[in-house]
Amino acid sequence: MTAPLVLGIETSCDETGVGIVRGSTLLANVIASSMDEHARYGGVVPEVAARAHLEALRPTLEAALEQAGVALGEVDAIAVTSGPGLAGALMVGLGAAKALAMALDRPLYAVNHLVGHVGVDLLDPEPLELPAIALLVSGGHTSLLRVRSLTDDVELLGETIDDAAGEAFDKVARLLGLPYPGGPQIDRAAVGGDPAAIRFPRGLTHPKDLERHRYDFSFSGLKTAVARHVEAARDRGEEVALADVAASFREAVADVLTAKAVRACHELEIPRLLLGGGVVANARVRELAAERAAAAGIELRIPPLALCTDNGAMIAALGAALVARGRPPSPFDVPADSTLPVGTVLC
Amino acid sequence: MLLAIDTSAGTAVAVVDRAGAILAERADAATRRHVEVVGDLLRAALAEAGIGASEITGVVAGMGPGPFTGLRVGIAAARAFAFGVGCPVVPVVSHDAVALGRAEPVVVATDARRRELAVSHYGPPDAGGLPARLAGPELVPAGPIEVPIGATLLEVSEIPAGALGALGARLLELGRRLGPGEPLYLRAPDVTLSAGPKRVTA
Ligand SMILES: [Zn+2]
Repeated sequence: MTAPLVLGIETSCDETGVGIVRGSTLLANVIASSMDEHARYGGVVPEVAARAHLEALRPTLEAALEQAGVALGEVDAIAVTSGPGLAGALMVGLGAAKALAMALDRPLYAVNHLVGHVGVDLLDPEPLELPAIALLVSGGHTSLLRVRSLTDDVELLGETIDDAAGEAFDKVARLLGLPYPGGPQIDRAAVGGDPAAIRFPRGLTHPKDLERHRYDFSFSGLKTAVARHVEAARDRGEEVALADVAASFREAVADVLTAKAVRACHELEIPRLLLGGGVVANARVRELAAERAAAAGIELRIPPLALCTDNGAMIAALGAALVARGRPPSPFDVPADSTLPVGTVLC
Repeated sequence: MLLAIDTSAGTAVAVVDRAGAILAERADAATRRHVEVVGDLLRAALAEAGIGASEITGVVAGMGPGPFTGLRVGIAAARAFAFGVGCPVVPVVSHDAVALGRAEPVVVATDARRRELAVSHYGPPDAGGLPARLAGPELVPAGPIEVPIGATLLEVSEIPAGALGALGARLLELGRRLGPGEPLYLRAPDVTLSAGPKRVTA
């Protein structure tokens, strides 16, 4: 018996993603992004994203089938993100997935977006051994997970209590006068800068914070500190040392992300760490993670970038794992849940 | 056999034959549960019509006007279903389904939220018996609606999917130009261009 052919649809934020896998083999990963439409607003506008999903869905489906070289009728199951994410955006993908499942008479698997980021590792010829710690960082989420079983046992260790890390990059880029999206802009501006020039705060790392927020993150204080620094310089009539500010800010983010992830690996005695989410594109985050993982004897896994940012292949991969384990499909009245807890892998 | 889907008000689904006869019609009046109910309504309508999905040869989509989030669910479902079975989408202005079959001029009004109504004006039906929209759909402030003398006001809270399907069947039969390819949101997205970062220090 051949492994199930699963088509995955992802519309939780600003990327319309369609992926196709056969078991754990990646056949297609096509992404249409509405990022350019959000640039003038300095951040993702939910309604703009939702409108773009509706228009991008069919062309993205067609492109994915073409890339995979399969016919729609061969698909064995439809997987779709039902949360967490932007409600209106999720509803486009879920509404389409239900109708597609109905039209093809195939089962529907409504799955968790965050677990999908971890599930993408199944497409690696040698998936990371479990249990593992996962650090998922994007413009929409910043979460630290303990994964004992991808299909049954995923636990939230901590998450951001205010801005997502990617959002912090966007907001700081804006106050430095740099365009959206902020991540690559800050990376560029930081070239030649001294990451130790300014000691920006690391959120929730003081001993008293660690008691209640051991694995949680906070970036709003950091953002404010950068704003104060920039304003003070301008008030003194000085030029802002852009490279130093960008490098120091980026260092603060990379430091706190990787320190908490490595701490979790150490304290929970799980020497395996998986990174996911668009912020993984940031060179300094990757570099520092590699450095610290190596020093701590932690096996570090970073999927290819096209599988780190939001995509349909990760949803298809998770769906295929659920099919393979014989899990019953989702009920047809499954809702979109913008705050779906990470413990719910399959709705 | 045609499938009709509209989520511009509640969620409405129907199966009609090529002559426009209604074989099944299902609806849920809730205005914020479209994505939950659309799958089960589709399944129930096909079952009641006694046909399989593959027998559908066109999907009539209500393109609005309607509140953004809900409206999109039906259009997404209609497009995906059509893609799944490999048949065309027949886009129709949702108000046209309400006006269908009326011999006299009508004004169709639906709730557009935010204290506004979406309104369309129709003259007597055209030579093909189809609704002749003279103006709209457009947004007007909630309150009394101006109705021309001799016209009937149809202020509705649901779009009849059966009529939507029948209208789609008639359009196909007559080879008429179909409705709008894009959703009739009637409002730009809610966004404000920021004037730039605010100071954090006094
Ligand atoms: Zn994500």
